[in-house]
Amino acid sequence: MSHRLASGGRLIDRARDVKFTFNGKPMKGHAGDTLAASLLANGQTLLGRSFKYHRPRGIVASGAEEPNALVGLGKGNRYEPNQRVTTTEVFEGLSAETQNHWPSLDFDLLAVNSLVPQFLTAGFYYKTFLRPRAFWKHVYEPFIRKSAGLGKAPAHDARDPDRYEQLYAFCDVLVIGGGIAGLQAALSAAETGARVAVWEQTAHWGGRAPVDGVTVDGQDADAWIAATVAKLDGMDNVHMRLRCMGAGVHDHGYVLGYERVSDHAPNTDAPRHRLWRMRAGQIVTATGAIERPLSFAGNDLPGVMLASAMRDYVVNYAVAPGQSVVVVTNNDDAYRTAITLRHAGIGVPAIVDARAEADGPLVAKARAAGITVLTGKGIRKVKGGKKVTGVEVCRIDSKGTAFTEKFDCDAVAMSGGWSPVVHLWSHCGGKLVWDEAHHFFRPDASRPPLGVDGAGFVRACGAANGDMGAVLSGAHEAGLTAAKATGATGSAPAPATDSAPDMAPMDAVWMMPRNAEYDLRMKMWLDYQNDVKVSDVQLAAREGYQSVEHTKRYTTLGMATDQGKLSNINGLAILSDALGQPIPATGTTTFRPPYTPISIGAIAGEATGSTFQPLRRSPLHDWHDENGADWEPVGQWRRPYTYLRAGEDRHKAVNREVANARSNIGTLDASTLGKILVQGPDAARFMDMLYTNMMSSLKPGKCRYGLMCDENGFLMDDGVVARLSDDAFLVHTTSGGADHVHGWMEDWLQCEWWDWKVHTVNLTEQYAQIAVVGPKSRQLLERLGGMDVSAEALKFMEWTEGRLGGFDARVFRISFSGELSFEIAVPAGQGRAFWDKLLSEGADLGVMPYGTEALHILRAEKGFIMIGDETDGTVIPQDLNLNWAISKKKDDFLGKRGMMREEMVRPDRWKLVGLETLDGSVLPHGALAVTGGTNANKQAETEGRVTSTYHSATMGRGIAMGLVLRGPDRMGDVLDFVGTDGGRIKARIVDPVLYDKEGAKQNV
Amino acid sequence: MSELARSALPGASYEGFVTVTEAGLRGMITLRGDLAVLADAVKTATGCAIPAQRRVEQAGDKAVAWMSPDELLILCDYADAPGLTASLTKDLDGQFATVANVSDARAVFTLRGAQAGDALAKLCPVDFGALREGEIRRTRAAQVAAAIWVSGPQEMTLVCFRSVGQYMFDLLSRAAAPGSEPKFYA
Amino acid sequence: MLLLTCPCCGVTAEETEFAPGGEAHLKRSGPGSSDAEFDSYMFNRKNPRGVHFERWRHAHGCGKWFLAARCTMTLEVFGTYPAQTVEPPAEIVAAIKAKRPDWEGFA
Repeated sequence: MSHRLASGGRLIDRARDVKFTFNGKPMKGHAGDTLAASLLANGQTLLGRSFKYHRPRGIVASGAEEPNALVGLGKGNRYEPNQRVTTTEVFEGLSAETQNHWPSLDFDLLAVNSLVPQFLTAGFYYKTFLRPRAFWKHVYEPFIRKSAGLGKAPAHDARDPDRYEQLYAFCDVLVIGGGIAGLQAALSAAETGARVAVWEQTAHWGGRAPVDGVTVDGQDADAWIAATVAKLDGMDNVHMRLRCMGAGVHDHGYVLGYERVSDHAPNTDAPRHRLWRMRAGQIVTATGAIERPLSFAGNDLPGVMLASAMRDYVVNYAVAPGQSVVVVTNNDDAYRTAITLRHAGIGVPAIVDARAEADGPLVAKARAAGITVLTGKGIRKVKGGKKVTGVEVCRIDSKGTAFTEKFDCDAVAMSGGWSPVVHLWSHCGGKLVWDEAHHFFRPDASRPPLGVDGAGFVRACGAANGDMGAVLSGAHEAGLTAAKATGATGSAPAPATDSAPDMAPMDAVWMMPRNAEYDLRMKMWLDYQNDVKVSDVQLAAREGYQSVEHTKRYTTLGMATDQGKLSNINGLAILSDALGQPIPATGTTTFRPPYTPISIGAIAGEATGSTFQPLRRSPLHDWHDENGADWEPVGQWRRPYTYLRAGEDRHKAVNREVANARSNIGTLDASTLGKILVQGPDAARFMDMLYTNMMSSLKPGKCRYGLMCDENGFLMDDGVVARLSDDAFLVHTTSGGADHVHGWMEDWLQCEWWDWKVHTVNLTEQYAQIAVVGPKSRQLLERLGGMDVSAEALKFMEWTEGRLGGFDARVFRISFSGELSFEIAVPAGQGRAFWDKLLSEGADLGVMPYGTEALHILRAEKGFIMIGDETDGTVIPQDLNLNWAISKKKDDFLGKRGMMREEMVRPDRWKLVGLETLDGSVLPHGALAVTGGTNANKQAETEGRVTSTYHSATMGRGIAMGLVLRGPDRMGDVLDFVGTDGGRIKARIVDPVLYDKEGAKQNV
Repeated sequence: MSELARSALPGASYEGFVTVTEAGLRGMITLRGDLAVLADAVKTATGCAIPAQRRVEQAGDKAVAWMSPDELLILCDYADAPGLTASLTKDLDGQFATVANVSDARAVFTLRGAQAGDALAKLCPVDFGALREGEIRRTRAAQVAAAIWVSGPQEMTLVCFRSVGQYMFDLLSRAAAPGSEPKFYA
Repeated sequence: MLLLTCPCCGVTAEETEFAPGGEAHLKRSGPGSSDAEFDSYMFNRKNPRGVHFERWRHAHGCGKWFLAARCTMTLEVFGTYPAQTVEPPAEIVAAIKAKRPDWEGFA
């Protein structure tokens, strides 16, 4: 049976049908429907099962506050759980599936939980699943996982095909909420000339006013809304967005907006969601208010709905939520619903009003329409199983042991008053005040969130500010003062006058009846989504929970996807009552962004796929890629670990590369090494401070290996320094350290020695740098021609520059392998051509590129340290026997004072040694040497650890370096290292320099 | 040997709601020193006066950009950069000033179209509505540093490090994808 | 997320353009210093609840370091100033005093 009314529906287009499926069943709605409206029109009131008790649940609300009606939307890669039907616009081909039931929505075996509700009361898990411990894994956890929870996670191999993006935006005044208050605030701000942005989370401007029958200057609100939107649209300084939710207000006017660009129209080129990163001078929240449920037994049955939501479905979508609706309320507002329902031809057997008297204009209107009004009464219980069949009414002040009246009905409209949406006001520290007249928290204008200048930057207006009557005047004021606060000087004309009927005060009824007995209280739901009842909160209070934050976590009140939008105030009212204190003394839980859940895709933005993170490519990257590079990340760089040839594994490839570099020529892409120019009259003085070595004594044309320490004395970076001229040095850093070292230099120059005349320029990416390594390397360079690279002209640790093979080159004769070796820098753009030339000219000399692993082995065979292997931020140069590189002549250098501390000069520090396994095997990375004893904590006592370990192709066995207690004094000792299998591996302490100890090979 | 030189992504181009093109080899020279000390040498080398804070001065095929209180960037033909570097170094001899050719350290992209600011607003925390022609803004684009020069009425020139050229091109292409126009600035 | 104005290039930008550098106006203790002085320089930080001076670098901008006077409670920024000074300049001190009359002053 269709529940679509014959006429009305201000947001739908009856001429356009939209087909969709619900649990595989084809259904039809109209364009403009929310999925909720379409489902109700199709008579589908049962929409899911509750979290703990698997109770049947239906739609409660009509907007973002909906706790129950969550479904899985889409299929396969586009499947998304926990989507609210109330905020999903229906579209052709939409597919929705219900959640949390087994085996089916209509017949759920776990609904047995509901028959013994004592079973899952507050703190149930904490109390019940403690013992026996062994039961946890096989009994308790599988049971909890099966019974609890909402939607399923998407499949593990699902990949979201949609696009998401973020957008940085700026404005003077951001208005959040596009109801009549928001539109007025935007208009008043915009008239002053300020840059204004307005966001509305739904697909329509105007908010509730048209549904509530508000008139502006005597006309329907719709007319004023259309005119105002048109006016704003025409202003160059105004930017308007529908389907854009203010998700969070953060420090200094930073606001996240969640724009659902194409959820309602999938398969377009548009991104699915856009996350706005708005920086606003001032913010006006016009986010409206949310109606509160009432707590009575059976208030969670499908068919029990917020009174305002019913009005929305009737007026906006021409959908009848029932054929016969009992209205229950503690205020005048719900009478609007009764009147609206009656006008739409829907039966209203009675209005049950908790107040002793009811006689406002709306009440009179309802009575005039012939509706029965019962005062001083409440709902005793709602009758029905999977849907409402009737209600029993009792006196509000009774215990509810017996009913006074009984009505048959198929729906109940409830109104427990309104709560302003204060979330965005509160996110960044805005404080609230309890409004005694309306019984709600509203923004305290005297304690707003504070901005960069220490002044408030958020204003609330309309219902969000607790203005439950006319709103345009307050909204005008908010918009105008916000604009002025950003420096706008223009003025704005006075706003129109909106009407609002007089409303009698609501009665603070938090439970019905007031003295309800336990069997009723345990059927009164406060938090629908988490299955928290009045009795649970009362139990928590009895057990000593006083803080609202603790109670929230103990009972789960106000958690999960809706974050208690409906339940918060009722819950803390019950808690306050149980604690015997006023509500403001209890306070609220913290409002945290986002207002409603936002997609992970929107949070990730552009950071997916190839743009997940920056990948730095050397000028030779493409060549490596085309020639078998097995990539290794080095910081954000990718460097070839080795170049795999057909039939090779990594190990074999690395051995080939090492052997070739030692016998012929190896080439290494060293472009990633940091290259920083340090220049100026005080450059030498500065270099002496940066390095532990004396650098001022280095002659132009020469190179020197140097160490950099932090102020603690810990080794930070190392590399070769080339003196370019009297006042210029070229500093080489590690690949990962270039940016840090450059920042470090600038820090000292800008913040400490600002009177020193030194400039630094980071030239790392200006050059492609290629190491040409091996006994035949000079032969190859001579073949390229143009530069004298003979042993006499270019000695070890010298550099020269000129034309080499037709390239502009700077050649450093340095070695990190122990072989005769040159590092050649050419402009990065020419790097590939130079590399190609080296390979072609050197083909018959056996030239062969090698990767970072061969680089490591070559250096380890020579006992050279590597920052990050031998160092870990706690190692001083002395630990690595690098005392020769620490100047004793200098009064000061960075790290000198740190090295003088007692801990650093202890004789029993762990120091660098070579390690040789007795069986020739390769020690595991990071393996610890154990003494066999135990330390004070009864842990195995250690006396060393492996810092570098490789299979040496040159030696034909495992080689390693490590830091060992008094290591250099213990040459020849055999240590026990712990293997990955827990066994012991014996290794002898040896000299770390294993290859060419005299250095003859590099000095030819 | 500039005939052997290759830019970061030769020929890379993307036609979206904004056209993104890798601009090829560009000459770039970093100058550091007191800007007043640099003025004469810069005038001689480029014909440009010292630009005001965050501005770019142009004269013919050369331009000078304000990078920081003691740093300028000269833009010129790639082939001219080594010669210009040498002559500037000579002119500034004896002064506390540093000249360095950084042409090869950079990748340059041109964004053409009325909505260039809208595309870049997806990546950069910059108010493109307040950026004027002739202005240069150093900022970040997603996760890397970038300098954005409003080089024409509907044109922006973006400079980043060479190593992240591919990352930047992927970012810009994605930001300019048809159908994703945010229509905020234009 | 904070907004900061770089006094070196004049740009007001969000925090993601900047890199924090900890407490400002530390006095370096070199080789001649006592253990206590060095300990204080390396490790002892004020971490106040209220007015604080800190170092920032415009890392994704002009590259310059600068200093900021900020309230750690409210995040209010009283002002930013170039790093080449050993103590907050008079106008910054005055700006703080105007907003926080009870502030004891820079020590």
